[in-house]
Amino acid sequence: METIRPASLAETLDALEAHPDAVILAGGTDLMVEVTYGGLRPHTVLALRRVEELTAWEGNFVGAGVTWSRLEHGAVGALAEAARTVGSPQIRNAGTIGGNLGTASPAGDGLPFLAAVDAEIELASRTRRRALRWDEFLTGPKQHALEPGELILGVTLPDRTPERQAFGKICPRNAMVISIASACVVRDEDGATRVALGSVGPTPIRARRAEAMISEERHPSPATLEEFQRLVSEEVLPITDHRSTADYRRHASGVLARRVLERCLA
Amino acid sequence: MIRLIVNGVERTAEPVGPESLLTTLRDRLGLPGSKNACEQGECGSCSIIMDGELVCSCLVMASDTDGADVVTVEGLGTEDGLHPVQQALLEAHGVQCGYCTPGFVVAAAHLLERNPAPTADDIREALSGNLCRCTGYGGILRALTALVGEVP
Amino acid sequence: MTITRTTRRVAGGIGESPIRPDGIPKVQGRFEFSGDAFADDMLWGATVRSAHVKARIVSIDTAPALAMAGVHAVLTIDDVPGKRTCGQAVSDQPVLADGETRFWGEPVAIVAAVDHATAVLAARSVRVEYEPLEPLVDPEQAFDRGETFRVMEIINGAQDLRGEIVVEGTYETGTIDQAMLGTEAGLAVPDGVGGVDLHIATQWIHEDHEQVYASLGLEPDQVRIHLSGIGGAFGAREDLTLQIHLCLLALHTGRPVKMVYDRAESFAAHVHRHPSKMWYRHEADRDGNLVRVEARLVLDGGAYQTTSAAVLANAAYFATGPYRCPSVRIDAAAVRTNNPPAGAMRGFGAVQVCFAYESQMDRLAAALGMDPIELRLRNALDHGDLIPTTGQRIEGSLPVAEVIRSLAALPLPDDDRDDPRRLPGGTGLTTPPGAVRRGVGFAVGIKNLAFSEAFDDYAEVRAVLTPEGLRLETAAAEVGQGMVTVLEQIGRTATGLDRVEVVFVDTSRIGSAGSTSASRQTQMTGGAALRAAEAVRETALARVGGDDLDAEGVRREGALVATLEEVLAEGPIEELVRFRHPPTTGPNETGQGDVHAGFVVAAHRAVVDVDPELGLVRVVQIDTAQDVGRALHPESVRGQIEGGIMQGMGMAVMEELLVDGGEIRNPSFTDYLLPTFLDAPAIEAVLIEEPDHWGPFGAKGVGEPPTISSTPAVVAAIRAATGRELPRAPVRPSDIVGT
Repeated sequence: METIRPASLAETLDALEAHPDAVILAGGTDLMVEVTYGGLRPHTVLALRRVEELTAWEGNFVGAGVTWSRLEHGAVGALAEAARTVGSPQIRNAGTIGGNLGTASPAGDGLPFLAAVDAEIELASRTRRRALRWDEFLTGPKQHALEPGELILGVTLPDRTPERQAFGKICPRNAMVISIASACVVRDEDGATRVALGSVGPTPIRARRAEAMISEERHPSPATLEEFQRLVSEEVLPITDHRSTADYRRHASGVLARRVLERCLA
Repeated sequence: MIRLIVNGVERTAEPVGPESLLTTLRDRLGLPGSKNACEQGECGSCSIIMDGELVCSCLVMASDTDGADVVTVEGLGTEDGLHPVQQALLEAHGVQCGYCTPGFVVAAAHLLERNPAPTADDIREALSGNLCRCTGYGGILRALTALVGEVP
Repeated sequence: MTITRTTRRVAGGIGESPIRPDGIPKVQGRFEFSGDAFADDMLWGATVRSAHVKARIVSIDTAPALAMAGVHAVLTIDDVPGKRTCGQAVSDQPVLADGETRFWGEPVAIVAAVDHATAVLAARSVRVEYEPLEPLVDPEQAFDRGETFRVMEIINGAQDLRGEIVVEGTYETGTIDQAMLGTEAGLAVPDGVGGVDLHIATQWIHEDHEQVYASLGLEPDQVRIHLSGIGGAFGAREDLTLQIHLCLLALHTGRPVKMVYDRAESFAAHVHRHPSKMWYRHEADRDGNLVRVEARLVLDGGAYQTTSAAVLANAAYFATGPYRCPSVRIDAAAVRTNNPPAGAMRGFGAVQVCFAYESQMDRLAAALGMDPIELRLRNALDHGDLIPTTGQRIEGSLPVAEVIRSLAALPLPDDDRDDPRRLPGGTGLTTPPGAVRRGVGFAVGIKNLAFSEAFDDYAEVRAVLTPEGLRLETAAAEVGQGMVTVLEQIGRTATGLDRVEVVFVDTSRIGSAGSTSASRQTQMTGGAALRAAEAVRETALARVGGDDLDAEGVRREGALVATLEEVLAEGPIEELVRFRHPPTTGPNETGQGDVHAGFVVAAHRAVVDVDPELGLVRVVQIDTAQDVGRALHPESVRGQIEGGIMQGMGMAVMEELLVDGGEIRNPSFTDYLLPTFLDAPAIEAVLIEEPDHWGPFGAKGVGEPPTISSTPAVVAAIRAATGRELPRAPVRPSDIVGT
């Protein structure tokens, strides 16, 4: 097995073109589980932790190699709240937001935030750069639009994200656990609201009807909040698996989204 | 071949394939103190400090650690004396079977380096990536709160 | 009761909490666990496991694996030279699958290779052709088909008694895993003359020894089993997993062979706590006196027998709890299915029924309009009473009422919800303080101590007095509980010497200590250590005509008459003691007899904060009062209580091995959820010290009671907060929400 350890983005993209089958190693928190339990035996590993361009976090660009620990202590409120729930302190020190995108698990804790703010995913190969909106990039459970030779550079957040933003995650244990359902809400001062749900569909789900309804309400009444909860529950697409049931996830998504919205309104 | 600093000493190793740093430490560098309880980052028994960060060595690919500076449980304390965290765990009976203990020692030592005066809730959150099946965490919490109580 | 109460004072003796002797290497990471052992020229083993729940093995093609570079052996059942089956009580489990696989993950073949990675790849390349068969996975169906390991019918008292107040309920508990942090691991070293030394983490090396040498086709003295460092056990190491496999590979290759299970195969390989289904009917008079208890218990034993018969016996004998009752009928069965084998886990059958009978006691209290604690006190068993199922008189202490009263007297915690880490949902920020409802639940549990039903239960200890001090040799397994410290304390108090060392010796050098299970080692190996240490002391005194011993030597009327060196000039003093507890009998046809050696009781009170709308629970506090006889090492007792409560809490709200059609869906720490530091409740414990009739200094075992009634206490608290029935443990968020 060859391990390529580039020191710059240019070297990385050159190496990726030369080894299109290379396995990308960033934080390793997902990849090493595939190695130990999934029998993954790569021929070539492209290890990215020395690439400074990828660990950059400048303005509204968050490099793919930014760890959850940095995000947890960063200034982006809902993203920090989400980051705090990722795995354990050890995982957060290694795992990256780019890893969440590369793995594209429906339970990725950072994804509802990216969906709620309509983040753009920045991609590059040696020959071209492009940006895809989150829902163009995430195409299904563990599926994305990355092409051979292409690398996730990071995410671009909108120039301005609303100050009113919050995240919540439901788990049967209080730490180090994969979510049963999660929700992120962002709300502008004019009331425009976006809500994204995690672990209740093949990709993060935007509850568009709930958004449309609540965006019209400057001062939502309890009845309106109930309606918001109901619409969210209708719009999610949960499944039953060993972690929970579709019925519970549908119910809990609505409750959680309403409560996260209430935190935004407070 | 990789060259890295382990517990202050420069070491070289030949990891095979994509093996974890945990495997390299245990099976090739003669450092079995880091434990292999789950090998997927869900128990903290293999915790080490790499380049100043607390990580699970089971999730670090050894071939990517060339140039890294690694501290394992064997690097805490000296021949003559225990690290304060080790001493505290011993005295507060925070050790039973001991399998999780090296991970707790490393994680707690790292916490106290970052935050010398954590609250009990801070300790619990900072160590929430380390599972213990024997103690119910009581002795571990008593050890660490007693320890930070001594530090003004 | 007559109790030996020593007045001898020595630093580090019983009643103090000295630091454990293995503590320093453990905190340094230098303690050698079974998975840390290395030998020169060592090979690594790996196991081929069945991917089918039940299948006929059509063929096994080992050629692709054997053709791999670095592979030294691939063995199947046909390579087992001796007995082809193993098993504790009944030898019914093939050493490797013998023509058929009967559970998911059953070992089919084993390989040895130059390193771990090669061994794993080789195991994957063994080609096994299966013909899948229809598995039997429904315990009720198994019962109907007569697929049972043991059926018990306990009938005691006048069967026509009836109470005015009647409550019925059906309860279930899930499959629970011991999840000890050290997975199964060991090292087998061939001795060059046809025998083998096995270094292994196990609960009972002598029981392993019997099974290992028989399957290897060797004489007993050709196999020596040595205890390695043990990373927890909780019952998971009572049955064989890789012991015979390691020895087969070592003898076949002529080289040391090491094997370490990964977490996924650990979940598949060892036995679990029996899942249960339990129907109950309690009848009482209007004053709340229990009149009759009827129950039907079905425990799923899985594919092989292991300890199912004894687990079932515990469930059946303790089906009525720590309460008096004049009329009892218990029908109980442990059934054979193709689910993962079930066997020993902390609490051993007493856990499942406690969840049911304590749920019933709360229902009964509600039906009577009576305080549930008052109902329990009214019916509490005590010393001298008869156990309602077996009719056995309680000879030792059993302070049920005192345990209940002491616990009920503890203050309740305040609301403390200003930090999200103390709310349901924690840092997931799911739950505002206003969405929380608090509940309090109470439960009491009873269990036997040591082995029962006429089992010849003994433990050997050799005490050796040398100029260096007292050495206690034993084969008992130190699984982390702190027995090594307690034995030292017993040695100190018994002899007056402060220098006491415990040495673990192999099967060739001492007799059995019995298993480290059933809460028995403090009493059994401790009992042997006490008697052996007292005997060497008496011999030392007799040699020079003294009346006391301390670190300086033997004294007479306070004056030193001989130093220890002088006393031992003619050689060390050695005493081998085989200690037995008072004998037990088997049951008669209706389940009566003096089947138990002793009893122990504990009570738990859980305080929970529940978010009923999301079904999330934070267990705030679990307080307990526990009958300990006498606390020989109070801090170790506290450690057992806190750790055991956490396992009971896990079973109440998050732990369950999900078995679907015989397959385990969550064999990982990602999805088998153990409580983390942030889930741990505060715990206050009251130790009730009412000395028992045969344990050293009146001590009782303390390991299991914390895990028995903590689960029903937590579930009762969730019921109190939500009004839900919650007849099943663990309680999932969806159970609380009702979706």
